[in-house]
Amino acid sequence: MTNDRSEILQGTLDLMVLKTLEAMGPLHGYGLARRIEQLSEEVLRVNQGTIYASLVRLLQKGWISAEWGASENNRKAKFYSITRRGRKQLTAEAENWERVSGVIGRLLNLSER
Amino acid sequence: MFDKLRILASRARGLLTRRRLDQDFQQELDSHLSFLTDENVRGGMTPEEARCEAHMRLGSVAQLRETNRELRGLPWLEALTQDVRYALRMLRKNPGFASIAVLVLDLGISASVAMFAFVDAALIKPLPYPNPDRLAMATESNGERNGTFSRANLSYPDYLDWKRLNKVLSSIDVYTGTGYLLRTAAGAQPVPGSRVSDGFFHTLGVSPILGRDFYPGEDLPSGPRSVILSYAAWQKWFGGRRDVLGQSVLLSGNSFTIIGVLPRDFQFAPQGAAQLWTTLHASDSCAPLRSCHTLNGIARLKDGISLQTASDNMKAVAAQLEKQYPDSNRDRSAIVAPLSEDIVGTIRPVLLLLLGGAALLLLIACVNVTSLLLARSESRRREIAVRGALGASSSRLVRQFATEGLVLVAAAVVLGLLAATWAMKLLVGLIPADMMASMPYLQGLGLDSRVIAFTTAIAFGVAGLLALTPTLRLPLSEVRNGLGEGGRSSTGNLWRRFGSNLVVVELAVAVVLLVGAGLLGQSFYRLLHVDLNFQPDHLATLEIAAPDATYGQDAQQIVLERKITSRIASLPGVRSVAVATRQLPVSSNNDTDWIRFVGKPYDGHHIEVSERDVSGDYFTTLQARLRRGRYFTDAEDESRPNVVIINQVLARKYFPNEDPIGHQFGDTQLTPKSLRQIIGVVDDVREGSLDSEIWPTEYLPINQSPDTYMGVIVRTAQAPESILPTLETVFHQIDRDIGLVNESTMNERIDASPTAYLHRSVMWLVGGFAALALVLGVVGLYGVIAYSVSQRTREIGVRMALGAQRSSVYGLVLKEAAWLTGIGIGAGVACSVAAATLMRRLLFGIAAWDLPTLVAVAAVLAVAALAASYVPARRATRVDPMDALRCERSHRVIGRLSD
Repeated sequence: MTNDRSEILQGTLDLMVLKTLEAMGPLHGYGLARRIEQLSEEVLRVNQGTIYASLVRLLQKGWISAEWGASENNRKAKFYSITRRGRKQLTAEAENWERVSGVIGRLLNLSER
Repeated sequence: MFDKLRILASRARGLLTRRRLDQDFQQELDSHLSFLTDENVRGGMTPEEARCEAHMRLGSVAQLRETNRELRGLPWLEALTQDVRYALRMLRKNPGFASIAVLVLDLGISASVAMFAFVDAALIKPLPYPNPDRLAMATESNGERNGTFSRANLSYPDYLDWKRLNKVLSSIDVYTGTGYLLRTAAGAQPVPGSRVSDGFFHTLGVSPILGRDFYPGEDLPSGPRSVILSYAAWQKWFGGRRDVLGQSVLLSGNSFTIIGVLPRDFQFAPQGAAQLWTTLHASDSCAPLRSCHTLNGIARLKDGISLQTASDNMKAVAAQLEKQYPDSNRDRSAIVAPLSEDIVGTIRPVLLLLLGGAALLLLIACVNVTSLLLARSESRRREIAVRGALGASSSRLVRQFATEGLVLVAAAVVLGLLAATWAMKLLVGLIPADMMASMPYLQGLGLDSRVIAFTTAIAFGVAGLLALTPTLRLPLSEVRNGLGEGGRSSTGNLWRRFGSNLVVVELAVAVVLLVGAGLLGQSFYRLLHVDLNFQPDHLATLEIAAPDATYGQDAQQIVLERKITSRIASLPGVRSVAVATRQLPVSSNNDTDWIRFVGKPYDGHHIEVSERDVSGDYFTTLQARLRRGRYFTDAEDESRPNVVIINQVLARKYFPNEDPIGHQFGDTQLTPKSLRQIIGVVDDVREGSLDSEIWPTEYLPINQSPDTYMGVIVRTAQAPESILPTLETVFHQIDRDIGLVNESTMNERIDASPTAYLHRSVMWLVGGFAALALVLGVVGLYGVIAYSVSQRTREIGVRMALGAQRSSVYGLVLKEAAWLTGIGIGAGVACSVAAATLMRRLLFGIAAWDLPTLVAVAAVLAVAALAASYVPARRATRVDPMDALRCERSHRVIGRLSD
């Protein structure tokens, strides 16, 4: 994986984590990774561990918070949930994403013509 | 921005709780793995397969942990702490090197910082008044002597005209020193005071913390007698009570009303000792005279007026007055200069000299430590090579060495600040109280922001130097070479070239400081051994102030003077006693008189002579020789013809080829009452300060010009200090209201005079710097030669094996030392002549290029250098050729093993 790709991936992965947490409520790392795999219809089948880098970054920015808790089958796990600042950020990022992807989509269509 | 800060904070936290966070993350990964394993087991795998698959899905745990750590902490900070830890370990392993390096740097840094603090307090810190840049000293100048304009005092009428006629000053005010007898619990005490014009404090921009300032017109003869107390006086004599306002106090027998108290931090250096501030009350005999110059002026420039404009305007005013009053104002012009010039003008060159000396010491210290570091970096070639081969990047190695330098500097700076604070306290404590009074700005001495900034700048400079030098010389490109062979001789040569250049700098700087110290030391010696033309030993002196109320009349003062001399003369052990009303010998030439000779042409240029009013036994008591004529008699008072004794300078200058006895002179108008006949010529007694030229001087009989303020000189048979308490008792018996000051022997007086004090302190400080510089320079040379010998052990061994004699080995080593010393001394001598020329204002009776000093310093340094290089040279001759060769081999073997 080259640096460029990983950087793009970083940003999108962060956004996906935020969105997933917003939609699903508190989740642990495994749950998050599974959920993202399912949502992306198994397209994004990367090392599940990469999600932890994303979680550290988001924690440092204060967009998510973490707490140890017990899972459904009573296993100890760290649960992440989105914070208020995280939600705000998500709205902004999502808009931004849509704008950029819109532009890129149009551009790609343009060159196809 | 906030996000960045937040991330930084979180990372910094991560650094502190590193271990806990590591555990936390491990647990999280474990839990993740077990979820994955569960999932896989549910999918039908065996537990073994399931765990294996789980690890693959998660990715490498070790790598995840590493990434997590990197994201969490501050990697550069961790590298730095690692470097610092490593540097500390290296220094701990070499405690000798570390402590010498830190100590040497600490010497240089603390000396520089302490001296800078003095410079800061005196020269950089603005004066403690509002808008200090608008404040100026404004006073008259006297163009009479040597065509140069010298500073002179203002007369009261001139001051009033200056105030009226100038267009450049928003205000001008005057002050003059005085003394008052204050009745205290301990008896009458003479207290220094100052008489000022009404707007003095207003011009300075200072207002009393209690009570009021003088009102306009309060300084007129018709105004009331009022006094403003200094804070110290208020505390000391009035208990700091607020109800002192409006109270009356007896000063020299006259009643004054206390109207105010000055702020605690008020300072006015030219009148530093003044405790009682009163108005001019221009009612004395001097006030109406344009020729009586007793005042000093301070002024505030109008906004937008430059100093130059102000000076030009005041000179024009003075010129106008000169035209109007040709008799009194001939050759009188004006000086307008920054007020700070008046306050620190004399001490500026001294402080700058000391700062320069300290800077040189710092330079030598840096060079010394640099060469130590260089030598070490050479001997660490092998270590560097190994670390390079093991994969340390060259930037990482450079950083490591830079860090070592930084650690040394950091330690030295901390110690340096402590030592500087201590040195400042010590130096200020050594300043006698009356010297300190004239330098109130030194009370602000300390580690203020400017001193800290200066220290920081020095620290960065030194750190940069120390960090850079070894890295420039690091044999980074030669990693493989360093590993491969012994790698001694070739790089040893390189180092020798570089290190020896440094030692030349050290020696040259040491020469400069030594020459400076030598010249200052000789100046001081000559100053103390200047011809006084009297015998200062066995003389006890003191000054007395008698209250005006009891002794206001001339006749009363004469009675008092006669009573004093007869009572003291009858004391056991007293050989003779003399009284002088103006000043005692070795003080100053401030009291002057304008004279005009009868029967000689007079062109209107003022003939200014120093005036002393002395009793008949003045010269016999001082043991100053009479050259012609006779002394005064005690009977010569106002009822007898006016007489005068002159010194030889006056006689030679104005009576070059004739006998002055019998000639007459008077004031500039030759008023009959002022005419005096010359009855004697005496030796040139040094009345002024030690370093000033001897002025033409006139001596008037005290009984024809008496005063309430007198200096008393007693020649004793026994030790002069032993009679001082007895003298005190005598005066208390005569009148308890007489105040006594400055009881001391004549020699103490000379020793404590500001001139002697200044020269002495400069000599000691520069001497101290020079001694340290000598030690550092010689140790530096020793280091270079010793290192060179140790590097050349094999070469010397081979030479000796091939038949070289001990003497030729000595020659080999000493020649190298001689070259370095020779170049160092040569460069140093050239630099020191230049440096001494810069400081020639502080030299007395000695030229900047004084050959004996230069030769002596060169000799001292040469001998010290010879001694320093003799030790390693001797070691070189003791080299056993076989040992040397074997040693080289074993070095290599041990080197390999230790790698």
